[in-house]
Amino acid sequence: MKKIKVTMYFPANKIAIPLAYHLIKNYNLMVNILNADVSLNKVGTLVVDIEGEEKDIEAGLKYVRQIGAEYAVFNKSIIWKEESCVHCGTCTAVCPSGALKMDKSDWSLTFDKEKCLVCELCVKACPLRVMSVKNGDII
Amino acid sequence: MSYKTIEEINEKVRAGKAVVLTAEEMIDIVEEKGVKQAAKEVDVVTTGTFGPMCSSGAFINFGHSDPPIKMTKVWLNDVPAFAGLAAVDAYIGATELSESRGMEYGGAHVIEDLIAGKDIHLVAESYGTHCYPRKEISTYINKNNINQAFMFNPRNAYQNYNAATNSSNKIMYTYMGTLLPRCGNVTYSTSGQLSPLLNDPLYRTIGIGTRIFFGGAQGYVVWEGTQHNPEQKRGENGVPMGPAGTLALIGDLKQMSTKYVRAAVYQQYGVSIFIGVGIPIPIIDEDMAEKTAVRNKDIYTNVIDYSVSSGPRPVLKRVSYEELMSGSIELNGKTVPTAPLSSIKKAREIANVLKEWILKGEFLLTQPVASLPLTNTVNKLEIRNRTEGVQNEKD
Repeated sequence: MKKIKVTMYFPANKIAIPLAYHLIKNYNLMVNILNADVSLNKVGTLVVDIEGEEKDIEAGLKYVRQIGAEYAVFNKSIIWKEESCVHCGTCTAVCPSGALKMDKSDWSLTFDKEKCLVCELCVKACPLRVMSVKNGDII
Repeated sequence: MSYKTIEEINEKVRAGKAVVLTAEEMIDIVEEKGVKQAAKEVDVVTTGTFGPMCSSGAFINFGHSDPPIKMTKVWLNDVPAFAGLAAVDAYIGATELSESRGMEYGGAHVIEDLIAGKDIHLVAESYGTHCYPRKEISTYINKNNINQAFMFNPRNAYQNYNAATNSSNKIMYTYMGTLLPRCGNVTYSTSGQLSPLLNDPLYRTIGIGTRIFFGGAQGYVVWEGTQHNPEQKRGENGVPMGPAGTLALIGDLKQMSTKYVRAAVYQQYGVSIFIGVGIPIPIIDEDMAEKTAVRNKDIYTNVIDYSVSSGPRPVLKRVSYEELMSGSIELNGKTVPTAPLSSIKKAREIANVLKEWILKGEFLLTQPVASLPLTNTVNKLEIRNRTEGVQNEKD
Protein backbone atom coordinates (compact mmCIF):
# COMPACT_ATOMS: atom_id res chain seq x y z
CA MET A 1 0.00 0.00 0.00
CA LYS A 2 1.11 3.48 -0.82
CA LYS A 3 -0.28 6.90 0.01
CA ILE A 4 0.28 10.07 -1.97
CA LYS A 5 -1.06 13.60 -1.88
CA VAL A 6 -2.13 15.04 -5.21
CA THR A 7 -3.53 18.31 -6.51
CA MET A 8 -5.79 17.81 -9.50
CA TYR A 9 -6.74 20.59 -11.89
CA PHE A 10 -9.90 20.32 -13.99
CA PRO A 11 -10.58 22.41 -17.07
CA ALA A 12 -13.85 24.31 -16.72
CA ASN A 13 -15.70 21.87 -19.02
CA LYS A 14 -14.68 18.78 -17.03
CA ILE A 15 -15.93 19.61 -13.59
CA ALA A 16 -19.10 17.59 -14.12
CA ILE A 17 -17.15 14.29 -14.20
CA PRO A 18 -17.42 12.47 -10.85
CA LEU A 19 -13.72 11.83 -10.69
CA ALA A 20 -13.46 10.71 -7.08
CA TYR A 21 -16.23 8.19 -7.67
CA HIS A 22 -14.36 6.63 -10.62
CA LEU A 23 -11.08 6.49 -8.74
CA ILE A 24 -12.74 4.70 -5.86
CA LYS A 25 -14.97 2.35 -7.85
CA ASN A 26 -12.82 1.47 -10.84
CA TYR A 27 -9.33 1.71 -9.41
CA ASN A 28 -9.92 0.49 -5.88
CA LEU A 29 -8.37 3.62 -4.33
CA MET A 30 -9.11 5.31 -1.05
CA VAL A 31 -9.66 8.97 -1.84
CA ASN A 32 -9.76 11.55 0.89
CA ILE A 33 -10.66 15.04 -0.30
CA LEU A 34 -8.62 17.57 1.67
CA ASN A 35 -9.56 20.71 -0.18
CA ALA A 36 -11.84 21.45 -3.10
CA ASP A 37 -12.24 24.64 -5.08
CA VAL A 38 -14.78 23.87 -7.76
CA SER A 39 -17.16 26.36 -9.30
CA LEU A 40 -18.94 26.64 -12.62
CA ASN A 41 -16.92 27.83 -15.60
CA LYS A 42 -13.70 28.01 -13.64
CA VAL A 43 -10.69 25.76 -13.41
CA GLY A 44 -11.38 23.45 -10.48
CA THR A 45 -8.74 22.23 -8.07
CA LEU A 46 -8.99 19.26 -5.79
CA VAL A 47 -6.40 18.30 -3.20
CA VAL A 48 -6.67 14.64 -2.23
CA ASP A 49 -4.92 11.88 -0.39
CA ILE A 50 -4.91 8.73 -2.51
CA GLU A 51 -4.17 5.39 -0.89
CA GLY A 52 -3.93 2.04 -2.59
CA GLU A 53 -1.71 -0.47 -4.38
CA GLU A 54 1.03 1.18 -6.40
CA LYS A 55 -0.25 -0.20 -9.73
CA ASP A 56 -3.79 1.02 -8.93
CA ILE A 57 -2.50 4.50 -8.10
CA GLU A 58 -0.58 4.59 -11.40
CA ALA A 59 -3.61 3.48 -13.37
CA GLY A 60 -5.85 5.93 -11.53
CA LEU A 61 -3.56 8.86 -12.27
CA LYS A 62 -3.38 7.78 -15.91
CA TYR A 63 -7.17 7.93 -15.99
CA VAL A 64 -7.07 11.47 -14.57
CA ARG A 65 -4.93 12.54 -17.53
CA GLN A 66 -7.14 10.64 -19.97
CA ILE A 67 -10.24 12.63 -19.08
CA GLY A 68 -8.32 15.85 -19.70
CA ALA A 69 -7.49 16.84 -16.14
CA GLU A 70 -3.98 17.51 -14.85
CA TYR A 71 -2.40 16.54 -11.59
CA ALA A 72 0.70 17.25 -9.55
CA VAL A 73 1.94 14.89 -6.86
CA PHE A 74 3.03 16.73 -3.74
CA ASN A 75 6.78 16.63 -3.56
CA LYS A 76 7.08 19.21 -0.85
CA SER A 77 6.34 19.09 2.81
CA ILE A 78 6.21 21.54 5.70
CA ILE A 79 8.88 21.15 8.35
CA TRP A 80 8.06 22.38 11.86
CA LYS A 81 11.14 23.13 13.94
CA GLU A 82 9.35 22.27 17.14
CA GLU A 83 12.27 22.87 19.49
CA SER A 84 12.38 26.56 18.46
CA CYS A 85 8.60 27.06 18.55
CA VAL A 86 7.10 29.22 21.31
CA HIS A 87 3.58 27.88 20.70
CA CYS A 88 2.04 31.31 20.19
CA GLY A 89 -0.52 29.98 17.73
CA THR A 90 -0.19 32.72 15.10
CA CYS A 91 0.14 30.08 12.34
CA THR A 92 -3.22 28.57 13.26
CA ALA A 93 -4.88 31.78 12.05
CA VAL A 94 -4.01 30.98 8.45
CA CYS A 95 -3.96 27.17 8.29
CA PRO A 96 -6.88 26.26 5.97
CA SER A 97 -7.03 22.55 6.78
CA GLY A 98 -6.71 22.51 10.55
CA ALA A 99 -3.36 20.72 10.32
CA LEU A 100 -1.98 23.31 12.73
CA LYS A 101 -4.03 23.48 15.90
CA MET A 102 -3.69 24.38 19.56
CA ASP A 103 -3.97 21.51 22.01
CA LYS A 104 -6.30 23.07 24.59
CA SER A 105 -5.02 20.90 27.42
CA ASP A 106 -1.61 22.57 27.57
CA TRP A 107 -1.80 25.16 24.77
CA SER A 108 0.87 23.45 22.69
CA LEU A 109 0.84 23.75 18.95
CA THR A 110 0.14 20.46 17.22
CA PHE A 111 0.92 19.69 13.58
CA ASP A 112 -0.93 16.91 11.76
CA LYS A 113 1.12 16.29 8.60
CA GLU A 114 -1.65 14.14 7.14
CA LYS A 115 -3.97 17.14 7.01
CA CYS A 116 -1.34 19.55 5.66
CA LEU A 117 -2.04 20.93 2.18
CA VAL A 118 1.45 22.43 1.88
CA CYS A 119 -0.14 25.78 1.07
CA GLU A 120 2.87 27.41 2.78
CA LEU A 121 0.78 30.14 4.44
CA CYS A 122 2.20 29.18 7.83
CA VAL A 123 5.77 29.63 6.58
CA LYS A 124 5.14 33.33 6.04
CA ALA A 125 2.80 33.79 8.98
CA CYS A 126 5.09 32.28 11.64
CA PRO A 127 6.74 35.18 13.50
CA LEU A 128 9.51 32.94 14.80
CA ARG A 129 10.36 31.50 11.37
CA VAL A 130 10.13 27.91 12.58
CA MET A 131 8.02 26.64 9.66
CA SER A 132 9.80 25.87 6.39
CA VAL A 133 9.19 24.03 3.13
CA LYS A 134 11.20 20.95 2.28
CA ASN A 135 11.42 19.70 -1.27
CA GLY A 136 11.06 15.97 -1.37
CA ASP A 137 11.56 13.29 -4.00
CA ILE A 138 8.43 11.20 -3.73
CA ILE A 139 7.02 11.65 -7.26
CA MET B 1 -9.58 43.92 55.88
CA SER B 2 -5.88 43.48 55.61
CA TYR B 3 -4.27 40.19 56.59
CA LYS B 4 -0.61 40.54 55.71
CA THR B 5 1.98 43.13 54.95
CA ILE B 6 4.57 42.65 52.23
CA GLU B 7 7.22 42.35 54.95
CA GLU B 8 5.31 39.56 56.67
CA ILE B 9 5.01 37.73 53.34
CA ASN B 10 8.74 38.17 52.71
CA GLU B 11 9.56 36.73 56.15
CA LYS B 12 7.65 33.61 55.12
CA VAL B 13 9.45 33.56 51.75
CA ARG B 14 12.84 33.76 53.51
CA ALA B 15 11.81 30.97 55.85
CA GLY B 16 10.63 28.85 52.92
CA LYS B 17 7.11 28.82 54.36
CA ALA B 18 5.24 31.02 51.91
CA VAL B 19 2.24 29.56 50.10
CA VAL B 20 2.68 30.45 46.46
CA LEU B 21 0.22 29.59 43.67
CA THR B 22 -0.02 30.48 40.02
CA ALA B 23 -3.02 32.58 39.00
CA GLU B 24 -4.62 29.48 37.48
CA GLU B 25 -4.15 27.45 40.63
CA MET B 26 -5.64 30.33 42.64
CA ILE B 27 -8.91 30.03 40.70
CA ASP B 28 -9.39 26.49 41.98
CA ILE B 29 -8.46 27.35 45.57
CA VAL B 30 -10.87 30.28 45.73
CA GLU B 31 -13.59 28.14 44.21
CA GLU B 32 -12.94 25.37 46.70
CA LYS B 33 -12.31 27.33 49.88
CA GLY B 34 -13.84 30.72 49.26
CA VAL B 35 -12.24 34.14 49.10
CA LYS B 36 -11.86 34.60 52.85
CA GLN B 37 -10.03 31.35 53.50
CA ALA B 38 -7.91 31.68 50.34
CA ALA B 39 -6.82 35.16 51.45
CA LYS B 40 -5.64 33.75 54.77
CA GLU B 41 -3.85 30.73 53.34
CA VAL B 42 -2.26 32.04 50.15
CA ASP B 43 0.62 34.50 50.34
CA VAL B 44 1.56 35.07 46.71
CA VAL B 45 -0.06 34.50 43.31
CA THR B 46 2.24 34.45 40.29
CA THR B 47 1.22 35.63 36.82
CA GLY B 48 2.85 35.41 33.42
CA THR B 49 2.64 36.56 29.84
CA PHE B 50 4.68 35.88 26.70
CA GLY B 51 3.53 37.95 23.78
CA PRO B 52 4.85 40.28 21.10
CA MET B 53 5.66 43.67 22.66
CA CYS B 54 6.90 46.14 20.05
CA SER B 55 7.74 48.94 22.44
CA SER B 56 10.93 47.31 23.69
CA GLY B 57 14.64 47.91 23.35
CA ALA B 58 17.95 48.05 25.16
CA PHE B 59 20.48 50.64 26.27
CA ILE B 60 24.07 49.59 25.67
CA ASN B 61 27.38 51.15 26.67
CA PHE B 62 30.12 49.85 24.38
CA GLY B 63 33.16 51.09 26.32
CA HIS B 64 35.76 53.45 24.84
CA SER B 65 38.12 52.55 22.03
CA ASP B 66 41.66 53.91 21.72
CA PRO B 67 41.68 56.56 20.38
CA PRO B 68 38.09 57.22 21.46
CA ILE B 69 35.07 58.08 19.32
CA LYS B 70 31.94 60.10 20.04
CA MET B 71 29.55 57.84 18.16
CA THR B 72 26.90 59.84 16.31
CA LYS B 73 25.61 57.03 14.10
CA VAL B 74 25.62 53.41 15.20
CA TRP B 75 24.72 50.15 13.49
CA LEU B 76 24.52 46.74 15.15
CA ASN B 77 24.55 43.91 12.58
CA ASP B 78 23.49 46.59 10.10
CA VAL B 79 20.50 47.65 12.23
CA PRO B 80 20.60 51.36 13.13
CA ALA B 81 20.68 52.14 16.85
CA PHE B 82 19.90 55.54 18.36
CA ALA B 83 23.15 57.26 19.34
CA GLY B 84 21.99 60.74 20.33
CA LEU B 85 23.41 60.18 23.80
CA ALA B 86 26.87 60.32 25.36
CA ALA B 87 29.86 59.08 23.32
CA VAL B 88 29.44 55.30 23.55
CA ASP B 89 25.84 54.92 24.74
CA ALA B 90 23.16 53.76 22.33
CA TYR B 91 19.60 52.45 22.34
CA ILE B 92 18.67 49.59 20.06
CA GLY B 93 14.94 49.49 19.43
CA ALA B 94 13.25 46.14 18.82
CA THR B 95 11.34 47.15 15.68
CA GLU B 96 14.25 48.87 13.87
CA LEU B 97 14.94 47.08 10.56
CA SER B 98 18.25 45.97 9.11
CA GLU B 99 19.51 48.22 6.30
CA SER B 100 20.60 45.20 4.27
CA ARG B 101 18.15 42.43 5.21
CA GLY B 102 14.98 44.49 5.67
CA MET B 103 12.17 42.89 7.61
CA GLU B 104 13.89 39.55 8.09
CA TYR B 105 16.27 40.93 10.72
CA GLY B 106 15.86 43.83 13.11
CA GLY B 107 16.63 45.26 16.52
CA ALA B 108 14.79 42.38 18.19
CA HIS B 109 17.17 39.91 16.53
CA VAL B 110 20.17 41.96 17.68
CA ILE B 111 18.81 41.80 21.23
CA GLU B 112 18.18 38.05 21.01
CA ASP B 113 21.68 37.47 19.55
CA LEU B 114 23.23 39.58 22.31
CA ILE B 115 21.44 37.56 24.99
CA ALA B 116 22.57 34.37 23.24
CA GLY B 117 26.17 35.55 23.65
CA LYS B 118 26.81 35.93 19.92
CA ASP B 119 29.26 38.42 18.43
CA ILE B 120 27.51 41.48 16.98
CA HIS B 121 29.10 43.67 14.30
CA LEU B 122 29.33 47.25 15.60
CA VAL B 123 29.85 50.04 13.10
CA ALA B 124 29.87 53.68 14.18
CA GLU B 125 30.59 57.06 12.62
CA SER B 126 31.41 60.44 14.04
CA TYR B 127 32.47 63.94 13.01
CA GLY B 128 35.50 63.80 15.31
CA THR B 129 36.20 66.22 18.16
CA HIS B 130 39.33 67.31 20.01
CA CYS B 131 38.46 64.97 22.86
CA TYR B 132 37.10 62.17 20.62
CA PRO B 133 39.30 62.21 17.52
CA ARG B 134 38.23 58.90 15.91
CA LYS B 135 35.73 59.26 13.07
CA GLU B 136 34.78 55.69 12.39
CA ILE B 137 34.97 52.27 13.94
CA SER B 138 34.16 48.70 12.89
CA THR B 139 34.47 45.93 15.47
CA TYR B 140 32.62 43.12 17.19
CA ILE B 141 30.92 43.20 20.56
CA ASN B 142 29.17 40.63 22.71
CA LYS B 143 27.52 40.73 26.11
CA ASN B 144 30.76 39.91 27.89
CA ASN B 145 32.89 42.73 26.49
CA ILE B 146 30.42 45.62 26.67
CA ASN B 147 29.59 47.55 29.82
CA GLN B 148 25.94 47.93 30.82
CA ALA B 149 23.26 46.40 28.65
CA PHE B 150 19.80 46.78 30.06
CA MET B 151 16.46 46.35 28.46
CA PHE B 152 14.25 49.38 28.98
CA ASN B 153 10.84 48.77 27.48
CA PRO B 154 8.52 51.77 27.41
CA ARG B 155 5.35 49.70 26.99
CA ASN B 156 4.95 46.06 27.97
CA ALA B 157 2.34 43.81 29.55
CA TYR B 158 -0.71 45.55 28.12
CA GLN B 159 -3.70 45.17 30.40
CA ASN B 160 -6.07 43.63 27.88
CA TYR B 161 -6.07 44.22 24.13
CA ASN B 162 -8.54 44.19 21.25
CA ALA B 163 -9.24 41.10 19.20
CA ALA B 164 -8.84 41.66 15.46
CA THR B 165 -10.77 40.76 12.34
CA ASN B 166 -11.02 42.03 8.76
CA SER B 167 -14.35 42.58 7.02
CA SER B 168 -12.84 43.71 3.70
CA ASN B 169 -12.40 41.53 0.63
CA LYS B 170 -8.62 41.63 0.81
CA ILE B 171 -6.21 39.77 3.05
CA MET B 172 -4.51 42.04 5.62
CA TYR B 173 -1.04 41.57 7.10
CA THR B 174 -0.95 43.25 10.52
CA TYR B 175 0.74 43.17 13.89
CA MET B 176 -2.28 41.08 14.88
CA GLY B 177 -1.15 38.45 12.38
CA THR B 178 -2.68 37.62 9.00
CA LEU B 179 -6.34 38.64 8.91
CA LEU B 180 -8.28 36.72 6.29
CA PRO B 181 -10.86 38.51 4.12
CA ARG B 182 -14.59 38.66 4.91
CA CYS B 183 -13.97 38.09 8.63
CA GLY B 184 -12.32 34.75 7.86
CA ASN B 185 -10.60 34.69 11.25
CA VAL B 186 -10.24 36.53 14.54
CA THR B 187 -6.91 36.88 16.35
CA TYR B 188 -6.35 37.83 19.98
CA SER B 189 -3.34 38.36 22.20
CA THR B 190 -3.55 37.64 25.91
CA SER B 191 -2.60 35.24 28.63
CA GLY B 192 -6.05 35.95 30.06
CA GLN B 193 -6.48 34.69 33.60
CA LEU B 194 -2.67 34.43 33.89
CA SER B 195 -2.00 37.99 32.73
CA PRO B 196 -0.26 40.24 35.29
CA LEU B 197 -2.40 43.38 35.10
CA LEU B 198 -5.65 41.45 34.73
CA ASN B 199 -4.95 39.92 38.15
CA ASP B 200 -4.39 43.31 39.78
CA PRO B 201 -6.78 45.37 37.68
CA LEU B 202 -6.65 48.51 39.83
CA TYR B 203 -2.88 48.41 40.41
CA ARG B 204 -3.14 47.90 44.16
CA THR B 205 0.07 45.86 44.46
CA ILE B 206 1.84 46.41 41.14
CA GLY B 207 3.46 49.83 41.02
CA ILE B 208 6.70 51.66 40.45
CA GLY B 209 9.56 49.64 41.90
CA THR B 210 7.80 46.27 41.76
CA ARG B 211 10.30 43.44 41.24
CA ILE B 212 9.29 41.12 38.41
CA PHE B 213 10.32 38.20 36.21
CA PHE B 214 11.60 39.91 33.09
CA GLY B 215 12.96 37.95 30.14
CA GLY B 216 14.25 35.24 32.45
CA ALA B 217 15.98 37.68 34.83
CA GLN B 218 14.75 39.74 37.74
CA GLY B 219 13.66 43.18 36.58
CA TYR B 220 11.55 46.06 37.79
CA VAL B 221 8.53 48.17 36.92
CA VAL B 222 9.93 51.69 36.47
CA TRP B 223 6.97 53.74 35.37
CA GLU B 224 3.52 53.58 33.89
CA GLY B 225 3.96 52.41 30.32
CA THR B 226 3.32 54.62 27.32
CA GLN B 227 -0.38 54.91 26.36
CA HIS B 228 -1.28 53.89 29.93
CA ASN B 229 -5.06 54.18 29.84
CA PRO B 230 -6.50 53.36 33.26
CA GLU B 231 -9.78 55.13 32.47
CA GLN B 232 -10.78 52.41 30.00
CA LYS B 233 -14.31 51.10 30.59
CA ARG B 234 -14.25 48.41 33.28
CA GLY B 235 -16.54 45.62 34.34
CA GLU B 236 -17.91 45.22 37.86
CA ASN B 237 -14.85 43.16 38.73
CA GLY B 238 -12.62 46.13 37.86
CA VAL B 239 -11.23 44.38 34.79
CA PRO B 240 -10.95 46.71 31.79
CA MET B 241 -12.84 45.75 28.64
CA GLY B 242 -10.18 46.97 26.21
CA PRO B 243 -6.57 48.16 26.12
CA ALA B 244 -5.91 49.86 29.49
CA GLY B 245 -2.90 49.95 31.80
CA THR B 246 0.65 49.38 30.56
CA LEU B 247 4.05 49.07 32.24
CA ALA B 248 7.52 50.44 31.54
CA LEU B 249 10.01 47.75 32.52
CA ILE B 250 13.74 47.58 33.14
CA GLY B 251 16.13 44.67 33.57
CA ASP B 252 19.66 43.43 32.98
CA LEU B 253 19.88 42.06 29.45
CA LYS B 254 23.02 40.08 30.35
CA GLN B 255 21.01 37.99 32.83
CA MET B 256 18.17 37.28 30.42
CA SER B 257 17.55 34.09 28.48
CA THR B 258 16.57 33.51 24.86
CA LYS B 259 13.94 31.15 26.27
CA TYR B 260 12.02 34.25 27.31
CA VAL B 261 13.10 36.86 24.76
CA ARG B 262 12.51 35.99 21.12
CA ALA B 263 12.63 38.10 17.97
CA ALA B 264 9.56 37.96 15.78
CA VAL B 265 8.71 38.91 12.21
CA TYR B 266 5.15 39.70 11.14
CA GLN B 267 4.64 39.38 7.42
CA GLN B 268 4.55 42.80 5.70
CA TYR B 269 4.38 44.52 9.10
CA GLY B 270 7.88 44.18 10.43
CA VAL B 271 9.88 43.09 13.42
CA SER B 272 8.67 42.75 16.99
CA ILE B 273 9.83 40.87 20.06
CA PHE B 274 8.28 38.31 22.37
CA ILE B 275 9.02 39.21 25.98
CA GLY B 276 8.33 37.01 28.95
CA VAL B 277 6.97 38.95 31.92
CA GLY B 278 5.82 37.53 35.23
CA ILE B 279 4.62 39.54 38.20
CA PRO B 280 4.03 38.23 41.70
CA ILE B 281 0.92 39.49 43.44
CA PRO B 282 1.02 39.54 47.24
CA ILE B 283 -2.31 38.42 48.69
CA ILE B 284 -2.54 41.17 51.28
CA ASP B 285 -6.30 40.94 51.75
CA GLU B 286 -9.55 39.39 50.55
CA ASP B 287 -9.83 41.84 47.69
CA MET B 288 -6.56 40.64 46.17
CA ALA B 289 -7.59 37.00 46.67
CA GLU B 290 -10.78 37.72 44.77
CA LYS B 291 -9.01 39.69 42.04
CA THR B 292 -6.39 36.99 41.43
CA ALA B 293 -9.12 34.38 41.00
CA VAL B 294 -10.30 36.10 37.82
CA ARG B 295 -11.25 33.63 35.09
CA ASN B 296 -11.18 33.85 31.32
CA LYS B 297 -14.97 33.98 31.27
CA ASP B 298 -14.86 37.15 33.44
CA ILE B 299 -12.49 38.98 31.08
CA TYR B 300 -13.95 40.68 28.03
CA THR B 301 -12.57 42.39 24.99
CA ASN B 302 -13.85 43.89 21.76
CA VAL B 303 -13.55 42.37 18.32
CA ILE B 304 -12.38 45.26 16.17
CA ASP B 305 -12.56 45.53 12.39
CA TYR B 306 -8.99 46.30 11.30
CA SER B 307 -10.03 46.95 7.69
CA VAL B 308 -11.30 50.39 8.69
CA SER B 309 -8.16 52.49 8.45
CA SER B 310 -9.55 55.94 9.19
CA GLY B 311 -11.64 57.08 12.14
CA PRO B 312 -12.47 54.83 15.05
CA ARG B 313 -12.40 51.18 14.08
CA PRO B 314 -15.84 49.67 14.56
CA VAL B 315 -16.45 47.25 17.40
CA LEU B 316 -18.13 44.19 15.89
CA LYS B 317 -18.71 42.29 19.10
CA ARG B 318 -17.81 42.07 22.77
CA VAL B 319 -16.53 38.62 23.71
CA SER B 320 -14.96 36.90 26.70
CA TYR B 321 -11.56 35.25 26.49
CA GLU B 322 -13.23 31.96 27.29
CA GLU B 323 -15.18 32.33 24.04
CA LEU B 324 -12.07 33.38 22.08
CA MET B 325 -10.05 30.47 23.48
CA SER B 326 -12.73 27.95 22.52
CA GLY B 327 -11.41 28.08 18.94
CA SER B 328 -14.28 29.95 17.31
CA ILE B 329 -16.82 32.68 17.92
CA GLU B 330 -20.08 33.67 16.29
CA LEU B 331 -19.74 36.83 14.22
CA ASN B 332 -22.61 38.18 12.12
CA GLY B 333 -24.30 34.79 12.23
CA LYS B 334 -21.17 32.96 11.04
CA THR B 335 -18.82 30.71 12.99
CA VAL B 336 -15.39 32.30 12.70
CA PRO B 337 -12.19 30.53 13.79
CA THR B 338 -10.08 32.30 16.41
CA ALA B 339 -6.31 32.14 16.82
CA PRO B 340 -4.04 33.28 19.64
CA LEU B 341 -0.91 35.40 19.13
CA SER B 342 0.47 35.23 22.66
CA SER B 343 1.81 31.94 24.03
CA ILE B 344 -0.26 30.65 26.93
CA LYS B 345 2.08 27.67 27.23
CA LYS B 346 5.02 30.01 27.87
CA ALA B 347 2.93 32.24 30.14
CA ARG B 348 2.23 29.18 32.31
CA GLU B 349 5.91 28.28 32.29
CA ILE B 350 6.81 31.81 33.43
CA ALA B 351 4.23 31.83 36.25
CA ASN B 352 5.67 28.49 37.39
CA VAL B 353 9.31 29.60 37.19
CA LEU B 354 8.47 32.69 39.24
CA LYS B 355 6.63 30.51 41.72
CA GLU B 356 9.74 28.31 42.06
CA TRP B 357 11.98 31.35 42.58
CA ILE B 358 9.76 32.55 45.42
CA LEU B 359 9.43 29.10 46.97
CA LYS B 360 13.22 28.79 46.99
CA GLY B 361 13.55 32.20 48.63
CA GLU B 362 15.44 33.58 45.63
CA PHE B 363 12.87 36.23 44.85
CA LEU B 364 11.42 38.66 47.40
CA LEU B 365 8.30 40.73 46.96
CA THR B 366 8.31 44.51 46.90
CA GLN B 367 6.12 47.29 48.18
CA PRO B 368 5.67 49.77 45.32
CA VAL B 369 7.63 53.00 45.77
CA ALA B 370 4.78 54.88 44.12
CA SER B 371 1.45 53.85 42.62
CA LEU B 372 0.57 53.72 38.95
CA PRO B 373 -1.90 56.44 38.04
CA LEU B 374 -5.60 55.54 38.02
CA THR B 375 -6.49 58.60 36.01
CA ASN B 376 -5.05 59.31 32.60
CA THR B 377 -6.45 59.21 29.12
CA VAL B 378 -4.66 58.72 25.83
CA ASN B 379 -4.31 61.72 23.56
CA LYS B 380 -4.72 61.52 19.80
CA LEU B 381 -2.17 63.12 17.51
CA GLU B 382 -4.00 65.96 15.89
CA ILE B 383 -2.73 67.34 12.58
CA ARG B 384 -2.99 71.09 13.06
CA ASN B 385 -1.39 74.50 12.56
CA ARG B 386 0.86 76.12 15.11
CA THR B 387 -0.89 78.25 17.75
CA GLU B 388 0.74 81.32 19.31
CA GLY B 389 1.99 81.36 22.87
CA VAL B 390 2.57 78.59 25.37
CA GLN B 391 0.01 75.85 25.85
CA ASN B 392 -0.06 74.72 29.44
CA GLU B 393 -2.93 72.64 30.64
CA LYS B 394 -2.49 73.77 34.24
CA ASP B 395 -2.82 77.50 33.43
